[in-house]
Amino acid sequence: MTEPVNKMPIDAGIKPALTSLLYQLADDDFILAYRGSEWLGLAPHIEEDVAFSSISQDTMGHAAMFYQLLEDLGEGTVDSLAHARKAAERRNAVLLEAVNGPGHYLSTAQYDWAFAVARNYFYIQSKKIRLDSLKNSSYQPLAEVALKVNMELYYHLLHWKTWFIQLMKAGGEARTRMELAIGKVLADFEGVISLGPLAKDMAEHGLIEPEEVLKQRWLLIMKPVFESINLAVSEADLAMKNGNGRIGEHTADLDDALATLSEVYNINPAASW
Amino acid sequence: MLIKTALEALHNVMDPEIDTISIVDLGMLEHIEVEGNSVMVKLLPTFMGCPALDIIRKNVEIEIDKAGVFEKIEVRFIYHPPWTSDRVTETGRLKLKEFGIAPPPKLISETGEWHVDCPFCGSTYTTMENLFGPTACRSILYCKSCRNPFEAMKPVSTMM
Repeated sequence: MTEPVNKMPIDAGIKPALTSLLYQLADDDFILAYRGSEWLGLAPHIEEDVAFSSISQDTMGHAAMFYQLLEDLGEGTVDSLAHARKAAERRNAVLLEAVNGPGHYLSTAQYDWAFAVARNYFYIQSKKIRLDSLKNSSYQPLAEVALKVNMELYYHLLHWKTWFIQLMKAGGEARTRMELAIGKVLADFEGVISLGPLAKDMAEHGLIEPEEVLKQRWLLIMKPVFESINLAVSEADLAMKNGNGRIGEHTADLDDALATLSEVYNINPAASW
Repeated sequence: MLIKTALEALHNVMDPEIDTISIVDLGMLEHIEVEGNSVMVKLLPTFMGCPALDIIRKNVEIEIDKAGVFEKIEVRFIYHPPWTSDRVTETGRLKLKEFGIAPPPKLISETGEWHVDCPFCGSTYTTMENLFGPTACRSILYCKSCRNPFEAMKPVSTMM
């Protein structure tokens, strides 16, 4: 759909770190956009249904741009990268693949809105920090994509931050459920922050800043927000409880999601939909 | 001469959902190049996930083909420079209003606030109902003066 941007000669030494980074960016957005789309028709009210599906659509657009960069590097077509890769080949953070809650979106969904708010807010903020850094990436096509994605992120961040603060300030059941959800999100948030085994190479090649710098920036930006709602969060709370998605470790939730989302694609991978 | 023909054709390609405004007035046209009987058009998507892009591509091909002078028509979507809402032309702003959609606010103050006037009665006494609207590039508002709900194009800037 978009113009191939691979006009830059790629130094063979950079390629493993570059593709590794692009897979993480693409797979993170792809699976979270999918989880977001499962909320359609189930969000707390109709305005939220419109907003959340709009955000998910944007996010899927971002995944498509990152997959396009991979296609330009000879990794396969955008469609096959999105649909045809098995769970073990995916590099998304485990937190982002987790189901929205018990049940199925077609019949018995008992989705957890608190988890949706906490997961999306924390993730979008870390994505914003990552994209701000990528605006200065040494790989020009990625820097250009980052500039475009960043403009759309402004609205996503505003949206989730508003929900987060309002529910945290609401007290009662809202507060209790939010605190539970935050605990669940933090238990796997290290997996979101992580840039995987090649993080050092990425920084050395100037593709993105070091993982630790980005992590500290996230903690710094979140600090006043946490203080304003009287919530104690420390660096030590960030963990990787359910596996390291950056090395292909995933949960059964991802297998189920992939089976559903690639069902139509797998009927005839050569067809144009 | 041929480039003028192609450009005129592009003015006939309307936004698939807002049929009063052309893609040129929306600020989507970045580059047009004619070489012999070939024409290449480079367009900027407003939002990346926009599902209308394939329809727009097809409509560009159809409109240019109507001129009957081009043998090869190529349409590409590029994202650099990124589309920003200040690319909408003055004519475009007028056409949006005619359709009932408030044009994107021109200036974003340092606080990030923006104000939208009602496209029907011009009142500034409006409230935001939903930042997100029926498409990625629109928001839903309500005019407290004439009591009409309306849509506005979102401001999009690289400063955000």
